[in-house]
Amino acid sequence: MNKDFYNPVEGISRDELRKLQYTRLQKTIASALNVPFYQKAFKALGLSASDIRSLDDIIKLPFTTKDDLRNNYPFKMAAIPLKDCVRVHSSSGTTGNPTVVLHSKNDLDAWAELVARNLYMVGVRDTDVFQNTSGYGMFTGGLGFQYGAEKLGCLTVPAAAGNSKRQIKFMKDFGTTVVHIIPSYATRLAEVMAEEGVDPKKDLKIRILAIGAEPHTEEQRKRIEELLGVKAYNSFGMSEMCGPGVAFECKEQNGLHIWEDNVIVEIVNPVTLQPVPDGEIGELVLTTLNREAMPLIRYRTRDLTRIIPGDCPCGRTHRRLARFQGRSDDMMILKGVNIFPIQIEKILMGYKELGSNFLITLETISNNDEMTVEVELGELGTDNVGDLKDLVKDITRKLKDEILITPKVKLVPKGSLPSAEGGKAVRVKDLRKLF
Amino acid sequence: MIVEQISVFVENKAGSIEKVTIALANAGIGIRTFCTEDGSDFGILRMLVTDPKKAESVLKDNGFSAFCNKVVAAKCANKTGSLAYLLNKLAERNVSVEYMYAFQDNDEARVVLRTKDIELCNTIIEEQ
Repeated sequence: MNKDFYNPVEGISRDELRKLQYTRLQKTIASALNVPFYQKAFKALGLSASDIRSLDDIIKLPFTTKDDLRNNYPFKMAAIPLKDCVRVHSSSGTTGNPTVVLHSKNDLDAWAELVARNLYMVGVRDTDVFQNTSGYGMFTGGLGFQYGAEKLGCLTVPAAAGNSKRQIKFMKDFGTTVVHIIPSYATRLAEVMAEEGVDPKKDLKIRILAIGAEPHTEEQRKRIEELLGVKAYNSFGMSEMCGPGVAFECKEQNGLHIWEDNVIVEIVNPVTLQPVPDGEIGELVLTTLNREAMPLIRYRTRDLTRIIPGDCPCGRTHRRLARFQGRSDDMMILKGVNIFPIQIEKILMGYKELGSNFLITLETISNNDEMTVEVELGELGTDNVGDLKDLVKDITRKLKDEILITPKVKLVPKGSLPSAEGGKAVRVKDLRKLF
Repeated sequence: MIVEQISVFVENKAGSIEKVTIALANAGIGIRTFCTEDGSDFGILRMLVTDPKKAESVLKDNGFSAFCNKVVAAKCANKTGSLAYLLNKLAERNVSVEYMYAFQDNDEARVVLRTKDIELCNTIIEEQ
């Protein structure tokens, strides 16, 4: 068994881990009860801290939602005095008040440790040059990875988002070996490299990518790995928990170890809110175990995933989350069918003839809700329109098999759809007339 | 004679063929002949150009999806019945034409032929 862990806690027994979780849960509850929101929530359930006698009693605790965080904007979720907080991060807040997350000095240290742990797990060492293409500022992907990579001792390149030519120049000149990047931007960057005559396999030293912040498919990961000649590892985080670092893939590339010394993991049925057994898909619910400034109890992440049952060959005992199946709020309902953009992406990525950008448009055409999927053609492999029409037919059939609805599929030229330059690509346009 | 043909994916939208011709003109590449094939949302523009290899890389660098393949450019005498004669020779050997178009090269007419087996098509034409 490989015991080359950044932190010995990665390999402790499940029993020890559960004991540690219970001790830390009691601390989290005590600290949360400094927050009026939790005082009220406990009171409403007739619950006191002493009712939680074991880890299994967690199901007695109240849930916390994104709306709860919004309603307590900006600092009403703080469990410690503001003078002991040293940083605030927030979500974009496109739909109302942003969600705000406060950090103490210890919170930031613990967060950096998680990120360092993740990077170490996939083979990053202090000899590596780490380039971060995330936006800095309020978005946690910037500073989160920055401090983690510094803690590990990497030479860090805080390149931040966008400006592809400059990114590639830094990669070349600084000998970048590790890059944190969102998947759609990784494919975009590969395109710019081709345009600039840079062969990533010969001209660059990149060997590891940390990819995350955007749902993506196994096909897309494989494509990125092939395009750039790297190993790409999935990263999962959310600002409400701290940011990146919450869960990360090991070298097995089969699920993301979620650090259970840092959070308690539950997967619940999003409708009944009852826990589902390991292996079944549900909404990820997390309880923080190390947070001082803003402890969260049973936070509903809206991310749909499942626990991969069984032990990981890498020897880490912390359970693995499967690839995310989308978010409960990304879900489109068309003709009564629930559809996630990632289902469509998965099919499109299976075609080597297609590029990586696509756009789903939902619109009402003569009182009927219709879906159009526009996708960019990659390289042209034919001089015949007939071959392209066959391609469209084949894509349409495969999509119908996956989502049970027949979309209109349109091939469009490269560069005509929105791509992700540092941000998340717009994949769905809903123009339906809703009554 | 076997020649290289460039095919470009174009959207059925005002200005999309113009963009292709501008990219080629800017690179100093001339178009000797062309034809379009139309689908409902998109089509393919096929061309014989003065420098096919350069055209392919110029078009790809400009973000177009382009494809290069071989076609036969057959001489065809400028008189009634000569195309019928040429097609008859192909039909006799059971060669089916997928598509064809024509252009004038100096004083000669040329017929561009796309068949499954380009070599065979060219041999039959050269035999004449």
